[in-house]
Amino acid sequence: MAYDISTWVNLAAFTGAGIAMGLGAVGAAIGEGYTASEASVAVSRNTKLSGDVFKSMLVGQAVAESASIFALVIAILLLFLDVPNPTLVKGAALFGAGLCMGFGAIGSGVGSGFPGGQACRGMVHQPAMASRLTTNMLIGSAVCQTPAIFAMVVALILMFVDFSSAPLQPTWAALLGAGVSTGLAAIGSGIGGGLAAGASCEGVARSPEAVGPVTTTMLVGQAVSQTPSIFGLLISFVLVFKTFPETAALQTAMALLGAGLCMGFGGIGPGIGNGMAAEGAVRWVARRVDHAGDLMRTMLVGQAVSQSTAIYAMVISLVLIFVV
Amino acid sequence: MAIEGADIVKAAAFLGAGLAMGLGAIGPGVGEGMAAAKTCEAIGRNPKEAGLLTRTMLVGQAVSESTGIYSLVIALLLLFVV
Repeated sequence: MAYDISTWVNLAAFTGAGIAMGLGAVGAAIGEGYTASEASVAVSRNTKLSGDVFKSMLVGQAVAESASIFALVIAILLLFLDVPNPTLVKGAALFGAGLCMGFGAIGSGVGSGFPGGQACRGMVHQPAMASRLTTNMLIGSAVCQTPAIFAMVVALILMFVDFSSAPLQPTWAALLGAGVSTGLAAIGSGIGGGLAAGASCEGVARSPEAVGPVTTTMLVGQAVSQTPSIFGLLISFVLVFKTFPETAALQTAMALLGAGLCMGFGGIGPGIGNGMAAEGAVRWVARRVDHAGDLMRTMLVGQAVSQSTAIYAMVISLVLIFVV
Repeated sequence: MAIEGADIVKAAAFLGAGLAMGLGAIGPGVGEGMAAAKTCEAIGRNPKEAGLLTRTMLVGQAVSESTGIYSLVIALLLLFVV
């Protein structure tokens, strides 16, 4: 039974939409649940402040929700996208877009929950610092959203760039690889950035006088946590915009798909690890602000080592794309 | 389109290399981050021993790194040797 090309393109787009929204809903729900659980604990400690805590919980949850809203937008676009001249390559691109957004929303959703929860708790410990806690929560969770935004950018590029002149072999594998590279790598950076942001809200509540060093350490730590997802974005751009000569060989296609999987999975661990290092450093900068310099240095050395495996993954990805 | 045996073997080797390095990078990344987080805690509690603690962290991370290097070696073998 033979199907025409537009059937295959629709199949890919609808499957991609399902994956985008299904996976994309996981992270935000977990993050918001964490925020709500911490808010409940906070209210139980001081019921008089329940209004402030409630407001802070809703703001924090709204930011965490944005990752899954990105996924919703991409899913709806995939469902109703009008493809002018359908090709099988476009089908692969649409499926890749769905994978990218689905995986890419997980980390940011989970990560944004941490600062929301810690801000609710902090509000009860230090009601005087409420506005500063909200600021740190918003800055921290905004940085957590960047990996999801990278995933949305790659998904939109895959959906709207015209690939009709590209040969099916091996472009289909390059486009699927581009989707998983940014999507998977975003998981680690989103969670890692959230760990650092959560510790900063905890730290501001614990020692209000250390708010400056705590925020600086958080931002530096988050910036390093974001790098694996930037590597993922880089590999995606190479895979999308490099033109590959037509070949019947399966090995070229698998090398390109492998490059995307390699950078995608390879970015998860270092993203989370860098975030853990930043969490530890931010937490202790708040307690021992006189040793902020030592802690920042140790954080950066530890993050550099944790980063090394993401760099190995990027090297193997680049070898798979350009050498073999 | 006939796919030859040698092509399939190479295709599997390339995909395997990507998966080996990608999945192999997860553990060391998380493990080394944990080591760094606990070292920051330890330096916060006892800043005088910062040098000793940093050394301990680096040795521990080097051991944790080893599995990432195994993955890298296997990926390079799959790419260039087999």
